[in-house]
Amino acid sequence: MTYNLRDIAGRPERLAPGHRMCAGCGGAIAVRGVLRALQPGDKAVVTAATGCLEVSTCMYPHTAWEDSFIHNAFENAGATCSGVEAAYRAMKKKGRLAETYKFIAFGGDGGTYDIGFQSLSGAMERGTDMVYVCYDNEAYMNTGIQRSSATPRYADTTTTATGSESAGKVQFKKDLTRIMAEHHIPYVAQTTFTGNFRDLHEKAEKAIYTPGPAFLNVMAPCPRGWRYETPEIMQVCKAAVETCVWPLYEVIDGRWVLSYEPKQKLPVEEYLKLQGRFKHLLRPDNAALVAQIQADVDKRWQELLTLCGQN
Amino acid sequence: MPKQDRLSGNEAVAFALRQIDPDVIAAFPITPSTEIHQYVSLFKANGEMTTEFVTVESEHSAMSTCVGAQTAGVRAMTATSSCGLALMHEVLYIAASSRLPIVVAVVNRALSGPININNDHSDSMGSRDAGWIQLYSENAQEAYDNMLMAHRIAEHPDVCLPVMVCQDGFITSHAVENITLEDDAFVKAFVGEYRPAKYLLNPAEALSVGPYDFPAYYMEHKMLQTLAMERAEAVIEAVAADFGRATGRHYGLLEAYRMEDAELAVVLMSSSAGTGKVAVDRLRAQGKKAGLVKLRSFRPFPAAAVGKALAGVRAVGIMDKADSFSAFGGPLGAEVRAAMYEAGLRAKAANYVYGLGGRDVRVEDFYEVFAELEKATDGGKIPAHRYLGVRGLEGGAKQ
Repeated sequence: MTYNLRDIAGRPERLAPGHRMCAGCGGAIAVRGVLRALQPGDKAVVTAATGCLEVSTCMYPHTAWEDSFIHNAFENAGATCSGVEAAYRAMKKKGRLAETYKFIAFGGDGGTYDIGFQSLSGAMERGTDMVYVCYDNEAYMNTGIQRSSATPRYADTTTTATGSESAGKVQFKKDLTRIMAEHHIPYVAQTTFTGNFRDLHEKAEKAIYTPGPAFLNVMAPCPRGWRYETPEIMQVCKAAVETCVWPLYEVIDGRWVLSYEPKQKLPVEEYLKLQGRFKHLLRPDNAALVAQIQADVDKRWQELLTLCGQN
Repeated sequence: MPKQDRLSGNEAVAFALRQIDPDVIAAFPITPSTEIHQYVSLFKANGEMTTEFVTVESEHSAMSTCVGAQTAGVRAMTATSSCGLALMHEVLYIAASSRLPIVVAVVNRALSGPININNDHSDSMGSRDAGWIQLYSENAQEAYDNMLMAHRIAEHPDVCLPVMVCQDGFITSHAVENITLEDDAFVKAFVGEYRPAKYLLNPAEALSVGPYDFPAYYMEHKMLQTLAMERAEAVIEAVAADFGRATGRHYGLLEAYRMEDAELAVVLMSSSAGTGKVAVDRLRAQGKKAGLVKLRSFRPFPAAAVGKALAGVRAVGIMDKADSFSAFGGPLGAEVRAAMYEAGLRAKAANYVYGLGGRDVRVEDFYEVFAELEKATDGGKIPAHRYLGVRGLEGGAKQ
């Protein structure tokens, strides 16, 4: 079926308007984008880790979720969703439920790369029939922009403050998508917001409708944490892809497939310069730091091309 | 027809799990681990259970999986010990505040550190404020019977709270005892079907669970939990009455043993009650008016029943298998004394911390306690709290 943004965007909203996510929040865009990949008649149970998404969409006595929704704690979205899915199998086996349900868990990078990593890994290893979606905004935004293992090197966060003795976060970003691919689950993909959202939509659809565990990593910029002007989100995402800071790819049953190869790979400055969290890197005396970032991006990109059979 | 058998506490609980056949069991073998899940795996392998057996990667995930499954609309259970229960701590509160009638078999063992896999009550005392009903079992029979009653209590519409069924590690869990086992059909009928009013997998109505709760609502929700816990007392008694009529084995919130005219009494929980009863019998034979109160329910704490049971005593020894390091004794000591105050009792009271990390408690230890209580009734001094059965430190007595 050919992709048509207008048709897809016309599907009924499953995350109702009126929630309290920030205007322009990448997390909310990711969630709506993923949920639009559900066939309109299909039922789902959504699990959320503690984070911006949960505290802004489900505040007693209100909920923005049209589907059944469960929030348990910060670090256990994987296990919680796994429990819901086990209940579903039990009810199906005993003939207590006729309907078909899909199971989708959302976590930010903190709840996924860090504190929820074990729970996620376990749920995937057990073969839970679910999709885990990480909306990766590269820091603990809900609690005040503290660094996570998803925060890129030299980013300025509230726990990797820049100053005369510090150029921001010391460590490079953890490559979670690749780690999840190494779980040898049926479907893993990395995406963000591009052009007509086709990449996100198609990957979400595959993730949801592939039987067994699937993992989707969505770069979801946060205007407050990344310090760009809210309407510029699409430029930021585009720059992430065109610089190969955030390549688009999928791993289908162990087969690595590159979704997009920039015609001309842009230097990382084109991505860094759009965001206040990297502002200090643009000073001439920090050129060596940018070179380090560039070298890391180049190395990872080459590795990815090799995995995808493009080298 | 019930049948007689010889089972360990772990086997008895596993037997109950097979009979209850819950929809979902989540399992993780933290150190120390119980054998209960191994039996479940065997029952599954032999086609004797229909349960979805989810072998998670931690006890935190075990409780998280139970919360997910129970919220989705089915019965979810697990079993754990010691550090495993501690690792669940955060999620225990979520299970209780979400009013999920999850049932967990707890095999009481000491918390680290130092690491020690033997019996005491530090693990479940660590979760005493999590909002769970806690039932304590003296032996394998009681652990089995409490398991059969747990869902009726947890799922009762007046209650809707999770339940821990506790038994003593090794002393009960590994010792093989004579036991009466009910037949499968009786258990199935007694436990009944689980039909929640609200659940995630209800095609007719979507449900959101686990909201952010503002100060405008949070305290009302907490009060609803405490009101449910208050109502649980009557439900525990009513379910026990039903169970007693059907099986001939009778339970209450507590057991008062030879308390009718007792002047000296000990208050305790779980397996030590067996040893304590032997001491009481022998002291009675010597003409001493000794008695014993064994709490079955610690949450809810049956304050009125405790006050009533102790109404005639002149001195009481409250025995804690956990220390709260308050420098004023253990959790049972604090609550029993509060119950006595509430009942207007001014009997002498001493709080003994005993049996930590598997330290054996012998009949002689009870003689020591009763001797101290007897001296107190003659005007002797009694320690507010002290350790029992330790070397060298004079029991850490505090006068």
